[in-house]
Amino acid sequence: MLELRDASYRYPGYAKEVLVGVDLVVGDGEIVGLVGPNEAGKSTLCLVASGLAPASIGGKLTGTLTIDGEAMTDRKTHELAERVVICFQNPNTQRSGIAATVFEEIALGPMNLGLPVPEVIVRTREAIALLRLEPIMERHPTRLSGGQAQLVAIASLLAMRPGHVILDEPTAQLDPAGTRMVGEALRQMAERGTSLLLAEHKTDLLDGLCGRIVVIDEGAIVRDGPADEILADPMLAELGVEPPSRVRLSRAVEAAGGDARLVVSGAAAAAAT
Amino acid sequence: MLGGYLGPLAIIGLTILPAAVVAGVAGRLVRISFLLTLPIAISVVLVSVFTRAGETVLFTIGPFDATAEGVDFAGQTLVRLFAISTAIGLFGLTTDPRAFVFDLERRRLSPRFAFVALATLEAVPAMVERAAVIQAAQRARGLDTEGSVRARLRGVMPLVGPVILSSLTEVEERSLALEVRAFGRPGRRHLLWWIPDSGAQLTVRILAIGALVVATVLRVTGNLDGLP
Repeated sequence: MLELRDASYRYPGYAKEVLVGVDLVVGDGEIVGLVGPNEAGKSTLCLVASGLAPASIGGKLTGTLTIDGEAMTDRKTHELAERVVICFQNPNTQRSGIAATVFEEIALGPMNLGLPVPEVIVRTREAIALLRLEPIMERHPTRLSGGQAQLVAIASLLAMRPGHVILDEPTAQLDPAGTRMVGEALRQMAERGTSLLLAEHKTDLLDGLCGRIVVIDEGAIVRDGPADEILADPMLAELGVEPPSRVRLSRAVEAAGGDARLVVSGAAAAAAT
Repeated sequence: MLGGYLGPLAIIGLTILPAAVVAGVAGRLVRISFLLTLPIAISVVLVSVFTRAGETVLFTIGPFDATAEGVDFAGQTLVRLFAISTAIGLFGLTTDPRAFVFDLERRRLSPRFAFVALATLEAVPAMVERAAVIQAAQRARGLDTEGSVRARLRGVMPLVGPVILSSLTEVEERSLALEVRAFGRPGRRHLLWWIPDSGAQLTVRILAIGALVVATVLRVTGNLDGLP
C-alpha cells in the first residue's frame, strides 16, 4: 500500500506550497485515477508519491510517504526504485541513451537491480509480450515514433516488477490503439497486486479501468471517490476536465429523452462481449 | 605572430578533422562545435577586444578602445575554444555511449560519474537534432537561414538560447528517469552484453595518454612556451 499523509510540498527556491495537506492511499491491486485542471499539482503529486520529490529534486516535504508500512523519508532514490517507479510524459527523456536495442533498453532496469541474467531476460521478454513490442525489439531506441517510445518506457518500468507504479500522463503521445494497450497492461499489473496511481487527461482511459478517482485542484484533493460517481460529477467540467465519452453520451441521451442506463463504457462493453 | 595559434590549429587540422572525415562526421562536427562555442565566443570577443590594454588602437566606440592586442588575444582564445569543442564533439559523435558507460563502471567508477559522462555524450547529437527542429520551425516562420554566410549566421543566433536551455532541462529529466530505473544502485550488475576492445583501440588509447603526459610535462617545465 502506498500512503501519503498530510503531505505538503514546495519546490526548491519557491516559498509557495504546490501541494497542500494531501491525504492519499493507493491499495495493493488498486488503480486510482488522478485528474485535475492544468497546474493543479498532478505532476507534483506524482513526484511526491514516487519519492523523487524531495529525494532527488530537493524542496521541502512535510507529512509522510509510507510504502508497505515503511516510511520512505530519507531513502535514497535507488532504494525507492525497488519499491515504486514513475513513468513520465515525455518518452525521449526516459530513454537511457546507453542501449543499442529496445530489448536492451527494457532490460536495463532489471539489470540495475542486480538480477541474474536469466531473470533479466525473462522479465524483459514478459514486458515486451505484454505491450506487444516484439516487432520493434531489435530496433534502436532512438528510431521509434513517439507512441512506440512511450510504450518502451512503460515496458522498461514493468520489467522491474515494482510493487507500486505512478504514471504521469503516460498516454499523451499514444494513439487510441496504443492507449488501449497501455490500459490493458495496467489492468494486468493490478491483477497481480501492483498498486497504480494514474494521472491522466484522457478520462476515457480512466473510465472502466480505475476503481477510484481523485480530483486535485490548486494543490489540494477536492474529491476522492468511486470512479463512476466522480466521472459523472458535473464539477469535473467546471474544473476544465472533460468527462469520459460514456458520461457525455449518457447526458446527450437523457437530454433527448432516452434511457441513459443503456449507455455503458467501452471497457464494460468489451467485458460483456 | 603565429604563436598561440599554431598549436590549437595543428591539433584541429592534423588530428581532429582528419579523424572526423574518416568517421564521416566532419560536417556535423563543425556545426556542433560552432553551436557550442558561439555563446562563449561572443563574450570573449567583446571583453577581449574592448577591454584588453594595448598600444595599437584600431577604432573607438564611446569610452572603449578596440586594440590590436585585444583582437589577437580574442583570436587565440577562440582557436583554443574551437579546439576544445571539436575534441568534445568528435568524442560525442563517435563513441558508443553504452560501451563508454559500462567501460567506466568496469573500471570501478561511480555510476553517477558515468551518468555525467553519458549526459555529456548524449547532449551532442541531441543538441544537433533539436537545433534542426528549432531551425525548421523558425524557417517556417519566415527566418532566412540560407544563402550568404551573414544570413546563415543570423539564422544560427536565435537557436543558441533555446537549444542550450532545452538541453539542460532534458538532462535533468533524464537523470530522474534513470534514477527511477535504479541506475544509481551500488553493487554488481550482470551485463547482458559484452563490449569489444580491439588491439588498435588499446594502442590509440596508450598513445593519447602518452601525448597527454608529454604535453603536461612540457607545460610544467616551461618548454611548451617555446613551441608554436
